[in-house]
Amino acid sequence: MIKAILIFNNHGKPRLIRFYQYFAEDLQQQIIRETFHLVSKRDDNVCNFLEGGSLIGGSDYKLIYRHYATLYFVFCVDSSESELGILDLIQVFVETLDKCFENVCELDLIFHMDKGGLSAAPARAVSAVKNMNLPEIPRNINIGDINIKVPSLSPF
Amino acid sequence: MALKIVKGSIDRMFDKNLQDLVRGIRNHKEDEAKYISTCIDEIKQELKQDNIAVKANAVCKLTYLQMLGYDVSWAAFNIVEVMSSSKFTYKRIGYLAASQCFHESTDVIMLTTNQIRKDLSSPNQYDTGVALTGLSCFVTPDLARDLANDIMTLMSHTKPYIRKKAVLIMYKVFLKYPESLRPAFPRLKEKLEDPDPGVQSAAVNVICELARRNPKNYLSLAPLFFKLMTSSTNNWVLIKIIKLFGALTPLEPRLGKKLIEPLTNLIHSTSAMSLLYECVNTVIAVLISLSSGMPNHSASIQLCVQKLRILIEDSDQNLKYLGLLAMSKILKTHPKSVQSHKDLILQCLDDKDESIRLRALDLLYGMVSKKNLMEIVKKLMLHVDKAEGTTYRDELLTKIIDICSQSNYQYITNFEWYISILVELTRLEGTRHGHLIASQMLDVAIRVKAIRAFAVAQMATLLDNAHLLTGNTQRNGICEVLYAAAWICGEFSEHLENPMQTLEAMLRPKVATLPGHIQAVYVQNAAKLFATVLRSQEGNTEGTAAQETSQLMIDRLPLFVQSANLEVQERASCILQLVKYIQKLQQKDVEVAEEVNALFAGELNPVAPKAQKKVPVPEGLDLDAWINEPPSESESEDEKPKAIFAKEEPKHSRPRHTEVDEKELARRREARKQEQANNPFYIKASPSSQKVYQDAPGVEHIPVVQIDLSVPLKVPGLPMSDQYVKLEEERRQKERAEKKKKEKKKRKEKRSGRGKKHDSGPESEEDITPAHMVDIVTEEMPENALPSDDDDKDPNDPHKALDIDLDKPLADSEKLPVRSHRPTEAPKSPAEDGDTESAAPQEPKKKSSKEKKEKKKDKEKDRKKSKEEKKKKKHKHEEGEDLLGGQPDEPAVQSEETNEVAAPPTSTSVSDLDFWLSNAPVPSNSQEAATVAAAAAPVPQEASGTAPDSEPDEPKDTETEETKSSKHKKKKQKKEKEEKEKKKKKKHHHHHHHSDGGGDESVQNGTVEEEEEPLPPMSNYCLLAENSYIKMVCDIQGNLQDGSQVVVSVIFENKCDSFLKSMEFNVLDSLNSKLQRPEGAGPHDGLTVPFQLPPGVSNEARFVFTVQSIVMPQKLKGTLTFIVKNEDSSTHEKLDFKLHFTCTSYLITTPCYSDAFAKLLESGDLKCSSVRLEGVNMPFHHLLARICFHHHFSVVERIDSCASMYSRSIQGHHVCLLVKTADQTVSIDAKCDEPSLLGNVLDEIKQTFSQC
Repeated sequence: MIKAILIFNNHGKPRLIRFYQYFAEDLQQQIIRETFHLVSKRDDNVCNFLEGGSLIGGSDYKLIYRHYATLYFVFCVDSSESELGILDLIQVFVETLDKCFENVCELDLIFHMDKGGLSAAPARAVSAVKNMNLPEIPRNINIGDINIKVPSLSPF
Repeated sequence: MALKIVKGSIDRMFDKNLQDLVRGIRNHKEDEAKYISTCIDEIKQELKQDNIAVKANAVCKLTYLQMLGYDVSWAAFNIVEVMSSSKFTYKRIGYLAASQCFHESTDVIMLTTNQIRKDLSSPNQYDTGVALTGLSCFVTPDLARDLANDIMTLMSHTKPYIRKKAVLIMYKVFLKYPESLRPAFPRLKEKLEDPDPGVQSAAVNVICELARRNPKNYLSLAPLFFKLMTSSTNNWVLIKIIKLFGALTPLEPRLGKKLIEPLTNLIHSTSAMSLLYECVNTVIAVLISLSSGMPNHSASIQLCVQKLRILIEDSDQNLKYLGLLAMSKILKTHPKSVQSHKDLILQCLDDKDESIRLRALDLLYGMVSKKNLMEIVKKLMLHVDKAEGTTYRDELLTKIIDICSQSNYQYITNFEWYISILVELTRLEGTRHGHLIASQMLDVAIRVKAIRAFAVAQMATLLDNAHLLTGNTQRNGICEVLYAAAWICGEFSEHLENPMQTLEAMLRPKVATLPGHIQAVYVQNAAKLFATVLRSQEGNTEGTAAQETSQLMIDRLPLFVQSANLEVQERASCILQLVKYIQKLQQKDVEVAEEVNALFAGELNPVAPKAQKKVPVPEGLDLDAWINEPPSESESEDEKPKAIFAKEEPKHSRPRHTEVDEKELARRREARKQEQANNPFYIKASPSSQKVYQDAPGVEHIPVVQIDLSVPLKVPGLPMSDQYVKLEEERRQKERAEKKKKEKKKRKEKRSGRGKKHDSGPESEEDITPAHMVDIVTEEMPENALPSDDDDKDPNDPHKALDIDLDKPLADSEKLPVRSHRPTEAPKSPAEDGDTESAAPQEPKKKSSKEKKEKKKDKEKDRKKSKEEKKKKKHKHEEGEDLLGGQPDEPAVQSEETNEVAAPPTSTSVSDLDFWLSNAPVPSNSQEAATVAAAAAPVPQEASGTAPDSEPDEPKDTETEETKSSKHKKKKQKKEKEEKEKKKKKKHHHHHHHSDGGGDESVQNGTVEEEEEPLPPMSNYCLLAENSYIKMVCDIQGNLQDGSQVVVSVIFENKCDSFLKSMEFNVLDSLNSKLQRPEGAGPHDGLTVPFQLPPGVSNEARFVFTVQSIVMPQKLKGTLTFIVKNEDSSTHEKLDFKLHFTCTSYLITTPCYSDAFAKLLESGDLKCSSVRLEGVNMPFHHLLARICFHHHFSVVERIDSCASMYSRSIQGHHVCLLVKTADQTVSIDAKCDEPSLLGNVLDEIKQTFSQC
């Protein structure tokens, strides 16, 4: 189960936040801050998994994230999800955004919060990927398993 | 009116929309909060307007602000308003806002019930969709109860888009309203076979999520999932299912066996790393659930470890991380296979990624042994020095301590080394784990008696240099160590060399800066030290020294008396007064040392942390019962005081009660006294049971080690552990040399001729003796402590409520609440529909409900009676059969055609999980699997194997037959089972039917009997040889992959009370057959059996032989040599045996379709031969099963009392049989392309039947 999807920029400003479990607003912000601190400390060439923070989940939860240009995409999931699967999900999610906005950039997320059902986009991406009968999961775009254009998130 | 609308829309043009808001926030970077508060004011204004568009826009902006962390719950009602808009674009905004900020305690939620219901039944699928999505985020127990039925109806919606969402949201409904699970489950299960892959995967997701928390309730779905697993190509679904199987296997080892083969296939075939990783994970789970050490699973472990190594070596950090993670799971059960990758893991410790380093540390934990502990810890200590960042360093510290202290200090051979490691760790600046080190010091010092002298010396040094540790008390957690140091020095002060010096160190003024609880310990232990000092001084000098000591105490203690900490103050003033009194006595020349010492006499025993919790509640003690009779409820408030004053006025019921209570109480008091007398934790009045220090038995016997004074005790800053490592190595070398000498001598005496490489081999674990005799005192536990460690579950877990038996038939009362105007004529709910649908055969349904009533009665009577339990089981089975009646047959058959794996028909398998499991194809080798199936039930095997070719009505026949017979079979089966179990208890029975070669036996037995109960147990394992030490049974199988190989599986069973080791298996090769030996071994060398046998244990090993010609049977002579090791002696023993390679063993069960079979017979290449068996009186299907089982045939076709059978040799010879029976005579006509092989096989068949 995905517990939360957090998208924030390099400065920790939330850009799209979706919790699938209720947290009060201030706690949500605290979670975002904590997650940002955990994630931003890490180099780009270390692994994309983090043991869950103290606020969200517990030992059963993992933070799985990817960093694109100025944005961090963080998924908080429990152990019933495949770690590598979620990484691909993030990839597909970003690609979906890219398709929605043609060359997605942080500004798009800022200004089109409501448009194109973006708010539902995570859920949609999830179902999109889960329905795709991919013969294999495109594991890692950097290795070049599939050739989908890596969205160029213009720096902001 | 129209004007108003126009006006409204013109107004709107000047309203801010979301984009304006965002732009505005960005333009007001300096005073963002102020800007937003003005915006919120505007929004409040907008919400007051009637125009829904304006409201929607306002709510949209609020949603954004909510994301930024502003509380918008005040607008909850407006959100509901927007939700109820008829326009989809607004409705969506409303639902989005609701999903973001509604939660269970939002009170307006109850207003939404009808709106949501309306949206759910909306003709527009997007209305329904958005309602479902929104609902999933804010569903409450009330909403779940009210809407469960509507959502369940949506699960059968025509649009997959809706079905999918409805299925997913059911999970949330179950969580909030557990009662809905049972009525909804049949439909959910149906969705597993939904034509739309999206819906299917949604259902898989939901069931997996449910099953993950309460796996045992979902075991019966295993066959269905197995089918999905073998047929699905959707990796997401596969991953989920594979993860689910990982959760199920611990409950059902047979399932694991069935899984291994498809999983290994997937591992080999998939290119998706995520799937590979999950497969490896589940294979690991399977291996954990099966008993370890079976040779045929070592291949799977090797495969896993090998794949994981690839992951770890990958340059992708993610894979590396996951590889290490999975490796740590293998470690728990198969440490050996991981230990060989020590190099790789140590390498990961140097990785730049902290997460990876942490994972590698976890792995190290399990890889230590007595041999390498010091080396590994040394390496970690280096890392501690290098580490930057306190978190990682703290992690290292805890790991070092974990590694050393694991399983009761099992791996520590030299505790002096460990203490010095701990002392070294105290030099860490700013660690949070001072208390951890402290508790280790305490634990070791208390429990390892032999180390106390050394520990005390070290602690004294620590106390002496306390200033080094207490640099900055505020942020320094390390001063906790002083707590331990002070306590150890005080408690074991008799070991101190210079107690006076330590006493002085403990009473320094600087101590007052330490935290209160440490000071308290200082004060208390200063008193203990004082007692020790007194004793030594009174003995040898005339008393002035003793008086000086008292004076020192009196001078220094007032410092602590003034302490702000109450505990310190109290203890200090007590002790101060005591010392003053002692001083007075001393001045009168009274000997006080003995008495002062008596204050602190007695040994403290370590008590296990959970001991208190585990004290069982004594029989007859009811903690919930009233001690005194509670005031009766009828008593009103004003009567109460009266009762207190009018005590002599007796109440009607009281006197009798009190009498009884008095007796009872007396009895209990007596019992309690007894209890207390036996309870070591109860402090008794008489000190008799407490031991006094000096004469405590046992302390003297413990050899106190002479401390090697070359070790610089007095220099606390130096890392000393290294020297211990060296010392230890020297010691070990010496020991080893001595041992070698001894062994050589022994060998020379015994057998001068047999020179082995034995002694050059790596030192085994047991060979390392600890540096000195160490008596690790175990922690005390109360007598008859409850062994279970459960109760660790979180009582608030919402999934606890979902622990519901799903196999029980639905009761009439179990329906989802349906909205109705008049309760009397409630419309038929879909739940009920489903119920009747699924229970198509009416008869069993009635029966089952009747039986259920019975069951209820039974429950009331006595739940625990085993009979009833069995009955319940039976109900379950019958319920399963009911279900299969309702299931459409077509999809099952269809999928079978596509499904190459011999999965039995779904309907049958659903009806009986046991049956399905018993048909389980055996993991590692498929030919054996086929044997099982064939031997088990020729008919179903035919049905599954030849389904595509056989007439369509055939499988149906078998099915009905199956169901009909299964009922009365079951009874028989049960009886047989009981008998079996009795037999088994009496003695270790023979190994029947080892389909997997040495699997879990009890399960195996169960399997055999369940698949075809009237069959007597059969085993292909025949006795090879036996003596008083060991028994060998063997099974010979051809190797499908290699036409010239035969695999001999030998089970060795240790029959004696000694340890059997160094077993060597050797066979005299013939020209035709040779034992395969490892490269480099001579043609006469034996093969080492890869395990040792403790008493009473059996294990299986496999040996591969190469054969050239297979047309003739053969016998090979061989010997097994082994060492019988007793406590004091070990002797070489030997056992001769003869291996018999029958022609049958060259045959491999191969299924054959009837048309192919017919063609083969027509081809005319085959030579004919026949044989007649007289006086065979067994049922025909038994006969067939025997041929199948013992001679590796499979049934091609069976008509009445005539059957055709087929088998194939490892070199590709076809063997066809036509078996006919007529009153006790069986005639077998056979055809084969190799006449001599055929002749021999027929002879063997004949022999088989003459034996029985």
